[in-house]
This record gives sequence, C-alpha cells and structure tokens, in this order.
Amino acid sequence: MKNANVKIRERAFPIVIVGHIDHGKSTLIGRMLYDTGSLPTGKVEELQASCDRRNAPFEWSFVLDALQLERDQAITVDSTQIWFHTETRRYVIIDAPGHREFLRNMVTGAASANAGVIVIDAEQGVSEQTRRHAYLLHLIGIPQVVVAVNKMDLVNYSQERFQAVEAEMKAYLKEIELKAQVMIPVAAMHGDNLGLRSTNMPWYSGPTLIDAIDDFPRAVVATERPFRMPVQDVYRQDGRRLIVGRVESGQLELGSAITVWPTGRSADVVEIKQWAAAKDAKSITTGESVALTLNDELFIERGHVLTVPTARPRSSNSLSVRLFWLSSDPLRQGESLTLKLATAEYDVTIDSIDTVIDVSDLSRHRGTQVPQNGIAEVTLRSRSTITYELFHDLPALGRAVLLDGYDVVGGCIIEGGQDIEIASRNLTAVTQSVKAEERQATNGYPGAVLWMSGLSGAGKSTLAMALQRELFNRGLQVYTLDGDNVRNGLNSDLGFSEEERAENIRRVAEVSKLFSDAGTIVISAFIAPTNAARAQARDIIGDQFHEVYISADMSVCESRDAKGLYAKARSGEINDFTGISSPWEPPENPDLEINTGELTLNESLDRIVTYIEGKILIAKDKALDPSEK
Amino acid sequence: MDDIDALEAQSIFILREAFNKFDPIGLLWSLGKDSCVMIWLAKKAFLGRMPFPAVHLDTGKEFPEAYAFRDTYSKEWDLNLIADDCPPIEEVDASLPPASRFAARKSLGLQQAIDRYGFKALITGIRRDEQATRAKERVFSPRGADNSWDFREQPPEFWDQYNTDFPPGTHVRVHPLLHWTEVDIWRYIQRENIPMVPLYYAKDGQRFRSLGEIGITEPIKSNATTISEIINELEATKDPERAGRTMDHETEDSFERLRTMGYL
Repeated sequence: MKNANVKIRERAFPIVIVGHIDHGKSTLIGRMLYDTGSLPTGKVEELQASCDRRNAPFEWSFVLDALQLERDQAITVDSTQIWFHTETRRYVIIDAPGHREFLRNMVTGAASANAGVIVIDAEQGVSEQTRRHAYLLHLIGIPQVVVAVNKMDLVNYSQERFQAVEAEMKAYLKEIELKAQVMIPVAAMHGDNLGLRSTNMPWYSGPTLIDAIDDFPRAVVATERPFRMPVQDVYRQDGRRLIVGRVESGQLELGSAITVWPTGRSADVVEIKQWAAAKDAKSITTGESVALTLNDELFIERGHVLTVPTARPRSSNSLSVRLFWLSSDPLRQGESLTLKLATAEYDVTIDSIDTVIDVSDLSRHRGTQVPQNGIAEVTLRSRSTITYELFHDLPALGRAVLLDGYDVVGGCIIEGGQDIEIASRNLTAVTQSVKAEERQATNGYPGAVLWMSGLSGAGKSTLAMALQRELFNRGLQVYTLDGDNVRNGLNSDLGFSEEERAENIRRVAEVSKLFSDAGTIVISAFIAPTNAARAQARDIIGDQFHEVYISADMSVCESRDAKGLYAKARSGEINDFTGISSPWEPPENPDLEINTGELTLNESLDRIVTYIEGKILIAKDKALDPSEK
Repeated sequence: MDDIDALEAQSIFILREAFNKFDPIGLLWSLGKDSCVMIWLAKKAFLGRMPFPAVHLDTGKEFPEAYAFRDTYSKEWDLNLIADDCPPIEEVDASLPPASRFAARKSLGLQQAIDRYGFKALITGIRRDEQATRAKERVFSPRGADNSWDFREQPPEFWDQYNTDFPPGTHVRVHPLLHWTEVDIWRYIQRENIPMVPLYYAKDGQRFRSLGEIGITEPIKSNATTISEIINELEATKDPERAGRTMDHETEDSFERLRTMGYL
C-alpha cells in the first residue's frame, strides 16, 4: 500500500483534528492510518494482543493512545503528532484532545497546523465543545477546515440526520467567518468515506475525507510582503557583529539598506554569513534563519525588528487584541503580564476588558474578567513601544503569548493599535526625544493643570487634597501645588505686594506646565485674584489649562475662617488680604465653577471628578475598533 | 526554500533560542545519526563552531566503530567534548527489565553531567516520529529536579514561543529535531554529506538502523550500502525505526517508564 514515493520527499503537511471528546477523533485517525497503509508492521496486532490481555475490545483509537495512562482512562491527554501519507502527499496529524481542561494542549498542537478537520458525532450533533474548537481554529488563524460528521452508522446512515447536523454547523461557521470546504458523512470505525467511498451512503456524492484533505492548498508564504526580521540574537565573531534571526516576511538583497525598530536607525547589509552552504547567499527570503553583518555598528538587541526603510512596521503602546485565556485564575483588568511577540518581550497591563465572547452562542458582553478557556477582546498597554503588525497582515508579528511569571496563561492576536510615529533618528536631531503624545500614549491620559482659584476659605485646599487622593487611588499620576509647598521653597523670596503676587503666579504657572508636560495631572490651588494673573497662567500652560472657580460668598468664607485670617485682616493685622484689603476679581468664564457654599465636599468632589472624566481622561487612547479594520 | 531548507531553518531557530536563554547549556551527542545531524545544524547556527560542549554519556559499551568516530570527529568538528563514564549498573533501579536497566545507566550519567557541570538545559536529538511517547514532547521541555518528565502537566507551547523561564531547580531539554522524520534525517545527511558511523551502512546483509550500545541494539536485514539506498529502504519499510532497540519492547510500558524516569 506504500505509494509512489516522489511526493514523500516533501515536508509533511500539518493538519489538526479537533472535536468533542466522544465524537471519535482518535478512531478516525487510527482508521485513516490503517486505510492509507501508514501503520508500522505489527502495530494493529500488538494493540489487539494488548486488548486481549486486558479483556477489552479493540478500538482504532488505541493506535494513537499509545501511552499506558491513556489506554486506562480512554482519553487523549496531550496533543500527539502522527505521520501518514496519501497518494498525494505526506501529512503530520495533530490529534488535539477534546477535554475542556486540556485546551492548552489543543492550542499547542493546533497553532502549527495549515488546515483543520472538525469531527462531529452525527447522533450528538454540534456541541459546545465543537463550537469552541471551531472558534479557536478561526482565532489562531487556521485558514481552512473540513467537517467530518462521524458515527453515521449509529444513525443508520441517515441523509436527513446528516443534513440537520450540516445545517447547524454551517450556520455557526458562517457567523465566525470560518468557511468549511466541505462536510463529509463518515463512519470512522468502519472506514466509510475516509479513504474509500461508502456504499452505505449512496446519497452522498462529495469527496471522501482523504480526497478533501488532499485538496487543501499549502499555506501561502509571506515572501511578497515587505521585509521583516525580528532580531533573535547578536553574536560577535572574528571582530564582526552578526545579527541573527529568522526572516518572517519578504526578501532582501545583499547590499540593501535595513532599518532597525524601534530605534529607527539604518545601515546596509554587507555580508550574509553562512557555514557549509552550497553557495554564497546573495539574498535572504522568508523562513530562513540568517546571520547578517551591517556596515554600521548600530545599537541592536534581541527583540528589535529589521525592516526595509521604505515600509516601516507598526509601533504602539496600546494594542487591541483578541485573546484566549488558559489560566485557572481569571484575567482581570489592571493585571500585569509579559507579552512575548516574535523575539521581543514586553511588560503589559490589561488596560480594559472590552468584550467577553461566549463562543457557544457568540454573544458579546462587557465583563470585568475573563475565565479559564474564555475569549475576549482586550486593550493592552505597554510602557515601551511595541513593534508589530496586524495578525491579518502578518501572523508572525501579529500574535503573542501572554505569561504570568513563569506560566503561559494565554495567547492573543493583534487586531488594532493606537499607532505612534517614531521619528527616524537618521534624519535631523529631534529636539524632544519623548513627545507629549508618547507620554500620553504610555500613561493613557494627558498631563493637565486644574487651576483652582477662589477666596481664602472657599475650600480650595480641602477640595484639592480630596481630589488628589481620589485621582491617586485611580492610579493616575497627580500632584498638588499650593501656597504651602511653593511659598516656603521656590517662592520664599517673594512677599505679597502686587508685583510679587504676579511673579508668584507666573512661577506657579511655569512649574505647573513642567509637571503637566511630564505627564502629571497638577492641581494648583492659589487665590490668583485677578483676571490678568489667570490669563497669564492660561497663556503659559496652554491647552492643558483648566480653570476651576471655587466660589463661595465672602460671608461664607469669612464665617469659616479656620485660620482666623479674616479676623486679622479686618483688624488690620494682615495687609493685602484678598477681598478685604486687596482686589478680588471673580473668574468670568471658568471651565468649571464649584460653589462650596451650596455643595457638600462630596458633591463638590463629584462635580470636579465628572469634569475630569469628561474633559481630560476622555482624551485617553482609544483602541481602534476591530470591526473598522 | 525547499522542505529540507525549512526543516533546517526551524532547527537553527530553536538552537539559537536555546543558546540565548540558557547558560550553561550542552548538547547530548550519542554518536548516532540524529545527534550528528544536530551538531551539524549547530555549526550552521553558530557559523562554524558549536559554542557549548558536546556531551557523550559513555557507558563503555559503544561499538568500536562508534568510539573511532567519536575520536575522529570531535577533533574534525572542533568540539568541546565531555565524555565521562556513566555510573555502574549496580546503581540502577533493579526492578527494571535487563536491557532497560542497562539503558538506564544513561539516565544516571545524564543526571551526573547535570550535577557536575551545572547545565541549565541540554539539547537532545529525539524526534516525534520515533516513538509514541516522544510524540508528546515539547520543543522546550521542563523536567523536575530529579530529571523526571510529567507528560500530563506540560506547559502550553505554540507559535514558536518556547517556554524559557522556569522556577529555580527546573532542568530543560531542548529538542531541535522534534519535527524531523527518519527519512528527513537521511535526506539531510545526503544533501550535506555529513559523516556517519559506518555501522549505518549495510555489511554482510545487515545494518544498524538505530544505533545503541553493544548487547541491547540489534541490526536489521539490509543491503543498503549508500544513503540513497537507505532512503529507498526507509520509504518502502513498514517496520518501526526502533525495532532493534531491545529495551523498547521488553514490556509494554518499559520505554515509557524509562522516559518518565529521565531517559532521553
């Protein structure tokens, strides 16, 4: 039964076979191996003898379940790889287990396949696990599938039953945009429609399973896309630096320029280093593991990506991903994980869990956590810039594994990102090495100045401190500037004359701007008595200036007079006291007015937090909607 | 790229990952065809010279041709060779059947090498198509402190992202040839013209298809005296590769027991 062997001298075509635990995958594989003459001599006899010793009936699945433990428990524990060949080509089958808790093993096997076979029990129909597996095949990028409706013998080879299962599965696959090439009624135990056409189902005229998998085209290699090579390592040899890595897309000629990301530096490839090669390489192409020498000693390390200068990769601190979660501890918002993407590793936090997807009915809902085996759309944030591509464009740079400590806890595909422009350092010197937009992208919000003004006793400091605590508790970088921490240090040389008050406000405005530029939300709580002073502050600070008027009638302020200042001012002990012996001009068009005479502290805090949420945090990066892709 | 190029590129990628992540690291050289191919691939990965030791777990029971090969090619290939004697058979679990017990000396030798040289990881030449338990392996496979393999609790491994971070005390086996088949190995030997122990080629109607120690490895009937003839023979045979390895067949689970106890 061994076939004409020209085709055997070709790399095996990987297919994954998935299905609900009892739907007969292993039986189907065992029988297919037998029918194609792929089993080693004596294997079936050996297993038959083993079954006889155990007083158990022979089952085809035992061919795969070769481990002791699996035979005893009658389940497939881990993904197994089995080689076989048809008359057309060689295959490596990845048998993925159906047990729900063994999802990690299924992913381990299925992620490397070029095509999938989904096995469904004709009697049981489409199960929750069937749907989950189909969804995962789609999610990890298996481009093509066929469906085998198995155990047709148990439903008397009924065309009606087959059509019912076919319709149900078709409807699901259509929703997840996974197209099944064909659906085939089979009875694996008896070999019907595996390698040989079934005589029990004359109503079926489509291909057998073997014919169907022989029709799968090989996966398209990304040679036509722009050159991309994640740096795996940098070696030094004979005084030369060798940049090593695997080309993930495109091709490159010796002598061409490359650009390194995220640094944006460029150099020329002057040597393609090899050992014991048949001939000197003049170019490199997708899939090759190469070692390159450049004409310039650029800063390059593992995790960087080499590209052609003309087609830069995507760069972002914020990615929209679709992930599958493998850990028994649910994924929660705010969690910190390691993202392994190509050869790079990034510390990321779960910025938001945008949608949790129930694969059984494909319903989407908001959720605060993702359970084990769950699938969700999530926004990830990284402190450092991630160099990537969309999964749809280039899987090798568009997918990543998530680690929590030592453990692999999930995988994700990148569907969008808030891209940032990286200035090419080969051009002119750039004045700002880090732009405000980059800080904003990293922090998730812009720097800002909340300029609180109001009479003494209006409640500026009380409100500022409560606000600072509230924002800090939300994980925002916040700092309060007030008379106490500024007048005692930076402005200790200033008194309270009109000029000195103006200078005080100018300096406070400049300091506020620096803090804001550095990405902090600044609360400035000063009296700032005149329109001119506040206008100057607004000019200095610019767009990040938010004027908050803490209003309270002077009678209210005077009645509070916690520090006894009004009394001293009235008695003349204090000169130049705003509102009494020095002018007070209420803000004319504040961005927000809070009347602490009418509102409680909590109500006041609510008002100002609502304002911040609406006007400042709204500027937070929004991941692109995957549906807009 | 043809399919052999693709296999080669993937193995080089794996070897470079291992070298980047583990220090010290060694490569287990059994003197057999697979580990010789692996050394060849390592020389390609590291541009001419393997930057870590080749470790031969010496039982003293190799065939004379194998020892001669070792002496010649450890020099020819510029290897940093470690070839310590394995502990004696008296130290092996006496409940194992005889050939398995003999083979288990290598497991003790392996543990001894790890203890003596502090290897964080060892590169070995096993392939998934050799044997059912090996089909379950990961490319980067963590072992317990006692070198044991828990195949039920293996970490996920996908998208060429290998597990390289482990708690202290974990030992890692790296398998750059896991995705190759026996025929792939010979096609590569042919293309690259890689020297092999002559016992692989038929003499007096016999050759070794899988090479182990004297006493526990049997030759097969064969007239294949060239690589091409070997490839033709393999493409026609339905006999398993390790049929000549006594310890695989002593009892139904003998090889599995060996492997969970740390055998390659």
